Order: sequence, then C-alpha cells, then structure tokens
Amino acid sequence: MTTAIVKAKINGLAVEVPAGTTILDAATKAHVKIPTLCKHPDLEASAGCGICIVRVNGSNKLLRACCTEIEQGMEITTHDSEIVEVRRTVLELILANHPNDCLQCGRNNNCELQRLAADFGIREVPFPHFLPAFGMIRDYSTGTIILDAEKCIKCGRCVDVCQNIQNVWALNFVGRGVKIRIAPAGDIVLGESPCVKCGQCSAHCPTGAITEYDNTRDVWEALYDPDKYCIVQIAPAVRVAVGEAFGFEPGTNLTKKLYSVLRRIGFKTVFDTNFSADLTIMEEATEFVQRFAHGKGALPLITSCCPAWVDFMEKYETDMIDNFSTCKSPQQMMGAMTKTYYAEQQGLPPEKIFMVSIMPCTAKKFEIQRSRDMSSSGVQDTDVVLTTRELSRMIKQSGIDFVNLPDDSPDHIMGDYTGAGTIFAATGGVMEAAIRTAYYFVTGENLADVNIEAVRGLQGVKEGEVDIRGTTVKVAVAHGLANVEYVLDKVRKAKEDGKEPPYHFIEVMACPGGCVGGGGQPYGVTDEIRLKRAEGIYQDDADHEIRCSHDNPMIQKIYADYLGKPGSEKSHHLLHTKYVSRPLYTK
Amino acid sequence: MPYNHYILVSGDSESSLNRRNELISFFEKEIAGQNLTDDVQVVSTIDTSACGMEGPFIKILPENIYIHNLTPEKVRSIVQEHLAKGIPPEGTGTEADKQFRIVLRNCGVIDPERIEDYILRDGYSALEKVIFDMTPEQVIDEIRKSGLRGRGGAGFPTGLKWSFTKEASSDQKYVVCNADEGDPGAYMDRSTLEGDPHSVLEAMAIAGCAVGADTGYIYIRAEYPLAIKRLELAIKQATELGLLGDNILGSGFSFNIEIRYGAGAFVCGEETALLASLEGERGTPKPRPPFPAVKGLWGKPTVVNNVETFANIPVVILKGSSWFSSIGSEKSKGTKVFAVTGKVKNSGLVEVPMGTPLRDIIFSISGGIRDNKKFKAVQTGGPSGGVIPEQFLDTPIDYDNLTAIGSMMGSGGMIVMDEDDCMVDVNKFYLQFSVDESCGKCAPCRIGGRELLTYLEKISGGQGELEDIEKMKRIGKAMQKASLCALGQTTSNPIQSALKYFYNEYEDHIVHKKCTAGKCVSLLKFIIITDKCVKCGVCKRVCPVSAISGDRDSGFLIDQSKCIKCGLCREKCKFEAINKG
Repeated sequence: MTTAIVKAKINGLAVEVPAGTTILDAATKAHVKIPTLCKHPDLEASAGCGICIVRVNGSNKLLRACCTEIEQGMEITTHDSEIVEVRRTVLELILANHPNDCLQCGRNNNCELQRLAADFGIREVPFPHFLPAFGMIRDYSTGTIILDAEKCIKCGRCVDVCQNIQNVWALNFVGRGVKIRIAPAGDIVLGESPCVKCGQCSAHCPTGAITEYDNTRDVWEALYDPDKYCIVQIAPAVRVAVGEAFGFEPGTNLTKKLYSVLRRIGFKTVFDTNFSADLTIMEEATEFVQRFAHGKGALPLITSCCPAWVDFMEKYETDMIDNFSTCKSPQQMMGAMTKTYYAEQQGLPPEKIFMVSIMPCTAKKFEIQRSRDMSSSGVQDTDVVLTTRELSRMIKQSGIDFVNLPDDSPDHIMGDYTGAGTIFAATGGVMEAAIRTAYYFVTGENLADVNIEAVRGLQGVKEGEVDIRGTTVKVAVAHGLANVEYVLDKVRKAKEDGKEPPYHFIEVMACPGGCVGGGGQPYGVTDEIRLKRAEGIYQDDADHEIRCSHDNPMIQKIYADYLGKPGSEKSHHLLHTKYVSRPLYTK
Repeated sequence: MPYNHYILVSGDSESSLNRRNELISFFEKEIAGQNLTDDVQVVSTIDTSACGMEGPFIKILPENIYIHNLTPEKVRSIVQEHLAKGIPPEGTGTEADKQFRIVLRNCGVIDPERIEDYILRDGYSALEKVIFDMTPEQVIDEIRKSGLRGRGGAGFPTGLKWSFTKEASSDQKYVVCNADEGDPGAYMDRSTLEGDPHSVLEAMAIAGCAVGADTGYIYIRAEYPLAIKRLELAIKQATELGLLGDNILGSGFSFNIEIRYGAGAFVCGEETALLASLEGERGTPKPRPPFPAVKGLWGKPTVVNNVETFANIPVVILKGSSWFSSIGSEKSKGTKVFAVTGKVKNSGLVEVPMGTPLRDIIFSISGGIRDNKKFKAVQTGGPSGGVIPEQFLDTPIDYDNLTAIGSMMGSGGMIVMDEDDCMVDVNKFYLQFSVDESCGKCAPCRIGGRELLTYLEKISGGQGELEDIEKMKRIGKAMQKASLCALGQTTSNPIQSALKYFYNEYEDHIVHKKCTAGKCVSLLKFIIITDKCVKCGVCKRVCPVSAISGDRDSGFLIDQSKCIKCGLCREKCKFEAINKG
C-alpha cells in the first residue's frame, strides 16, 4: 500500500506522491505553501487552528490540508478568494484572543503567529478583543520554563511532545471552550508536576506561550560587578546552532567566533564544555570497564549526562538507579573543576567566581541546583545557565558584529578538547566517545577506526555491538524519552527471566536528536535541521587530530596535576553524584 | 391477555420516579383490598406521547383511557368504581393520531423492566432471523434498501455505514450506540431507552452480526440514571436468556454489550469525540477521514449509530425493507421522533412519518400554540439548526427539505416560539449553549462562538451597530468552513437563519433600539400612560428601587435611569396604566 503512487493536481499542477501523503506535504513538494499554525513536522496533525483549509473538487466542505491524505485524482485548490477570506477571518479571530503584546514577548521577531499576521498584512483586528480570566496567567514554578496561558493558541504541540515524544505527561489540556489552557492535569503548577524540564514544549511552541526562563540579566549584572570573576563554558551543541539566529546555515560550526564574542562580552575566562566532556569520558569509561570487565556494579551502565533524563529516571525508572553512571554531566564537572582546580591555580576564591554555562538545554538550568552534590566546591559549582537562545539575544544586545568577528581561542587548560568531546552534542555521541576510550582502557590501543556509525543518526533506538578483542560489548542508544521504555523493558525482561542483560551500555538523551535538538536551541527545529547540526558536529570531530578523550594532553595533565587517576577519591568527590527516587507529583 | 385490566403508570421519567412508585404501591394496595390481584396488573412504564400531561399519569388498558392529577381518592374510586364495578372512569381518550410509531412502538405499552413483555411483542425475533436465516450481506442489503438514515443528525445512510465496517478487514470490530443526547429540550433517546431498552440491545447485536463485531458499547450520559438502570437490567436479562453474551441461542455468534458513562459534554455526541471519550481520552473531535466505520474505537472499524437509528433496526428486519421504505418521503424513509417543546399546548414526544408537514406536528398533534398566541417560528435541530418561519410550515419534514430552508433535522429537538419570543434572545440562548459546550480544540469554534455571543449581547443590550451584522456573517462563515466538527460548523446556523427570516427584528434592536417581544431587558421601557393613570400611587410604593417619583396630585413618573425593568409596577397596576415596550 505505502509504495503505491498517487497522482493528483494541486492548483492545476500535477503531483505524484506516495499514498498516505497529506495534502500539506504534497503541496510543499509542489512548491505550494499552505499556511498552518498548529502542524509541526515532528508531530501528528492536531487539526486545531483551521488555517490550512483547502478545497477539494467534489467536496462542499473545506478540508484541512494537514491531516487529509491526498487521493488518486484529487483536484485541490489551495488559494481562492473564499479560502483566503476564511483563513484571514480565522487568523483575525486568533488575534482577537491573543495579548498581541509582541514587543514584550519572548518570541518577538521569531513567532509563527506574528509571521502569519505579517504575511496576511493584518492592520487591525475587526472583532472585539478578549482574554479569558485565567486564575494564574504565567507559571514560573519550574524556574526553567515559563507557561503563559494568554499567549497560547491551543495548537496542542506541547501536549503532543510532552506526552507522546517525551512520555512525560506533565502537560495536558485543562478546561474547555474559551477557558481551555495548557497545564498539568489536576490544576497544579508545572513545578509540582512530573515535568523533567526538557523544554521540548518550548522548542515546539509556535508562539510565546512556552519560553525558557530568561537569565540574561543575571549574567549582565555579574559581568558588570567588579567583585565577580566571570567564567563561561560552551556546550558542544551550541556551536552548530547559535549561528541560525545570525543567518548562518544550521550546522555551521562557530566555536571560535563564540570564544571571541564571549571574551568581548566580558568573560574573563572562556572554557569549553567539550573539555569536561572528555573528562566525563575518562570517568565514565573507567566506570564502565569496572562494571563490565571487573564485575564491580550493575550492568548495563546507563549514561547520566542529560539532566532531563536524570530527572525522568528519578521519577519514572527508579528501578534503574543502580545502573546509572554516577558521573556528573560535563557542565557540572566543569563547574566543580573551575571552582576548585582553576580557582586554586589562579588564586581566586571560589565564591568570587561566577560560572556561566551556555547550553542547548532548559533542564541544565534545573541541574545546577539538583542536589547538594552540585555544590562540591563549597559554593554552587555553576551559577547560571543560559540557553543558546538567550546567548544569541545577549550577543545582539552587546552590539558586537558577531557575523564578521575574527576567530579566537579558548583559555587553557579547560578549553582544549578532542573530537570525542564534541560529539556529545549528537545522539549516540557519548556512547561513541566512551567506546573509543573504553577500548583503549581494555586493550591499551586505540580503535583502528574510531567512527562508530551504528550509534549515529536519528533512528529512535539504535542498537549495536562493538568487539573489544574478542569480547562483544552490546550497546543501545535512545533519544526522545518515549524511546527509552523499549530499551529498559528489554533489560527488565532479561532480569526477570534471569538472563544476561541484553545490553552492557545504554546512552539516553531526552531530546530527539540529542543535544543538537535540545529544548534551548534556536526555534524551528525539524529532523532536517537536527541532521545538519549533527553533521557540523561530526565534521568538527573529523577535523580534530586527536579524537579520543584519553589522548587529550590537557586531560592527562589535569589527572597528573590534580585528580590523580580516573575514579580516584578526589574524582569521586568532585565529579560524581548520587540518585534518589523522587515523587512524580509534589502536591 | 392473562389479565382483564392493565394500569400503565407513566410520568416524566426520573424526576417523578418516587411519586410514580408511590402511586404504584397505592394502586396495588387498593387492588389487593378489592381482591382484584389476579384481575388487574399494574405496570410501571414510560409513555412519551404528547398528551399534555405533567407528573405521573396512568393509562388503563384495554379501555385506552388516560387519567392524570391522581389523588388517593381518585385512585380509590378508579379501583372501587371502575375496576370492581365496571363504571367508566373520567379521563381523556386516546389522542386522535397522525403519529406512526416504529421507534416508540413499545414505549408506554410494555414494562421495560420485563424482557418477557418485549419478547411477547416479537422482541429478539429479528436477531434470531438475522443469526439463523440471513447472511451478513443480506442484512446489510436489507438495511440499505430500507433507506434508513442515521437519526443522530447528519442522516448518513445506515446500510452504507455498516457496509464500510463490514468490508474493513480487522481482527476486531465494534458496535457503539451513541446515547449522548444533549440538545436543550431533546429527550427522544432517553425515553426510548427508558421505555424499550431491549430494542436497542437487539439492534446492536444485529449490527454486530452483520459487520462481524463481538463487542458493543453504549455511551450514555451519566445524567440518565433511569435509562442506565433499565439498560443494565435489560443486558442482564438478555444474557440470562442467551439472547446476548457468548454463543447466542447456541449459534456460535457472541455479542457482549457494556455501558460507558459520558460526563455530559455535548461535543461527545460527535462520533470521533465520543470514541475518544470511550477510550478514556479527552472528549475532543478528530479530523475525518478516517471515518470511524473504517478506523474507530482503538483504531478498529466501528459502527457508531444513534439510539433512534438502532431502535428502527429490528422492525426493518422483521417487516422488511419494502414495508419500511414505503413510509416517509422520497429521500427520507421511515419515521422521525421529535421532542416538541416550547409554546405548544401539548409538549411531548411525537413520532411521525418522514414528510409530515411541520404544521401537522405543531398545530394538530401538539395542539397548537399555548394561550392562543401567534406562532412565530420553530427551531429544529437544536442549537445546530435554524429558525423556520410561518411561511415554511407546510414543508414536509425530511433531511433535505429542512437543510434547504436553512435548518436541519438534527436529532429531533423542536422548539416552538410564539410572538412573545425575541429572535435575538433566542439566538443568544442557543449560542450561549454552543459556546459553553465548545471543547476549545479548534480556533474557529472556540473564538468565533465567543465573538458571536459578544455581538449578540451588544445588540440585545442596545449597543448594536449595523456593521456588527456583517461581522457576524463573516465569523459565521469562517466557523462553518473552518471548524473541525459539526458543533462549530453549525453554531452560527440559528443566527444565519434568523438574519434571513427575521432581519427586521435585528434591525429593530440595532436601529430603533426596540425589542418588540419585550425580552431584551436593556431595551425595555416602562412608561405610565397618563390617560389611564388614576394617580393611586401603588406603582411608587411597590417599586423596589424608588425609580418612581411624584404624588397623587401631580401624577407619577418613572425615572428610566433608575428603573431595573422588573415589571412589578406594571404587574401591580390595576388600571393597565403602565406600558411595556
């Protein structure tokens, strides 16, 4: 059935598409743009907005292009006077029920509703303006994501992502009619719900109804404070996405421009989270070898770099706590090392250091206060997290010509990274980097080919086997939290049956595509964009001479100077953490 | 007949249930007192006829006499005088009837709590015929040829719907009965289920046999406790007799029915929303296609039919498609049940052949307009329909004719309005209902409905402008064309038809700031007619807001800025000296 080809006409143009294609997708292929507000390429059509209506010959109704499959011989009209008039009226109705405070909105200049209103040339809303009286308009309770009930156009994307892509079920539709709104079921605030702060809701929201909690002013204040010594770190996935806000193609690697701009903005030291990703690999590969080769600890080992995944696990998968890697995330390792090792080296009191990290992620804002282990230096190890989106705003505020900025380099020694550190940005990257080093730890040699293609790409669950001198290591990679269940259920089943675990090592990233598709990345993400960003990352890896974390001379130096060896007592104090079971609802 | 007399005790359903039960035990006591227990049977039933009676009433068979306003004395006299001595009682004879009962054939005749009563009237013999004497193809063909169309509102041909489900290949199929009746003033389905629950169960099993489904669900409003109770009992009785459940009548065919409660959301009467609610999801509509007949409950092919549609099925099977299709109009076959309410003398359920003129229903069967007022309009199709003015009263009712004059069949609500009704006010009432019941999923319905209501409030509040009408028309069209489900698509129908047939009333409200019917309070004015006023001062004394000034010498004056239009002054004035307008 699916291989059958359907022939139809759109605005008189002949199209041929596989059966099952929607009118909307077929039109896109024919270079016809049908406007829509609720459909997102990642998601099932909700058919909510009513903007994408088209006329199909023989039907007296107008049909929704987003969810109507094209059929053999259909003759479709996407634009005529009636269709455009109805679309305009629906758009005007939506605007009559929207705050229209674009100038103060987090999505100003970047809003799908605003863009559509501009395209339609709406100059006035002819209908009476009204906003339902919601008890609470804005929900700030997570400290990472803000829900604004008034700006919501009820497209349902966030609900779909939260429930079906992320399997978190924090968001739901509450109420009905004009009082319908997005909120956790049971009328509690998001901070009391199972929300894991992944931010995929904000990444998919067409308007300013769900945005990241903006911390840019905290950072500006610290930068202008003469008593603060501001240090910054840049996460792997930021470098290939930040350019999208400045007209660069997705995937363009702007690492060196970022070093440069951050220095100009006023950071005294610029580090790279890719370095602490290398450090994570040293610890995690050691932990893996301990468990795999020496039987010390539960298998499979599950990665813990992703704070949304950690939160999810502590709420939904508590039987897997023993399998979790005790390694902190690269962000937290960097924070801890900066406020201990680097502070000692520079003779800086840790409380003077203001550690900012630039992350593709909203959950990282939550991670910095996740537990007392996140203050292993004696003060909070990372002070503020900015998402990629906030950074691009800061750059624009700073008046710096980012596009034409000359390259710069990071500060040593925690700015030097290998190809293994950079691929943390893409799904499968942590696994690939860890295997490179675990192989070395077991064999004393590097892999002949460090590219592990089996764990790359956007397939929801990737399974592979790696041969380490005759011993097979079985690995699985899942991204998009809804894909986790498949992998973990296999582990549980084997445990129940008293069999060997189906995998030895599992990587999980909460967001589809991994951090390149993170909830704090520039808007408008699709699989196409995720792939382009990942390509930029794999190119960065390939361009590096050193592609294994253990070969990073600065990593070697930090162990020699300070940490001793991977898994040492000092490492455990600074670089590892513990997990506990947490309630889904705190109210 | 094993008894000589039957007393059928009826009433307007659960609200008077206790009174009805009291009445039954009172009758039984009196009958026992006269030693007539073997001679007379007292039956609790649901008589839905438009006999204009309120509260519990009885029908005595075979005499065919209605009696209401029953007091203990009256009961005693019926038993002692009539039943014991044969003296004819005082009561109303059977209604002179233009009605034709297929759906309501058993309502008010059988005891719905006794399956034996149903079986005595050929109950379950259609199912037996379908299982043993007919192939599924023959069953569907019979339904198709009968011309039966869905009675839930849209009028989709039932046989065609069943054939889609039959032809869909799947390991599991379902039959769902839509009993989520929710139009204001409509209670056809409730009465059918309360009065004859087995007819629906039998039909569902027939549908299951025809399309290859072994499970049925009845989605019924939780606000219908008596219907639920009787359905539960009926399912139990039918299962005990092997007429439902596993291996029906030893045939190998199994069909189990479960009841699911709706929480009273009107939109759950829309089939995709109903299925979502059945699945435990939020009751919101989904885009069609795919249609439930092909991809319905839990993604499986599902026949969804309304109660009234199902109630027709056993009759179609037993009497045959040609008999059925001989009743009704060219494109609409069989009968339709209407709940006639509003300003008619006799409110109640009416079942008439398709093609019966509206005039017959309103003026003949329902007794015409109450208090000899003038007929103004009738709204069919509930909040989704339109108002029909006098000029169309002779239109033969069927699906297509009603659509052609700007209304629709809908599920069968029929609200009759007289000269005291204001079209803007009536529009506002229905719109408020649709706005309250909008699920909020799609923008045109959610926002459009609310905007229309704002305009109507503005117009009835005396603030309307002529350009509001154009804006309302524009919103109405957008809702019609871009709403996801029928609720939003039809929300503006009442307004659009009122603008077509009663434009002058809108004009009165907007241009002349006048509500002739006196319903729109903001436009009302109470004025003392000095010629008639005797300066007694009663009006001033009763006015609760001291809006009337003056004295017995100079006369009295109403201060319009203070007046709250309560009408008390007019009511108390013995000289009809206060004008309302």
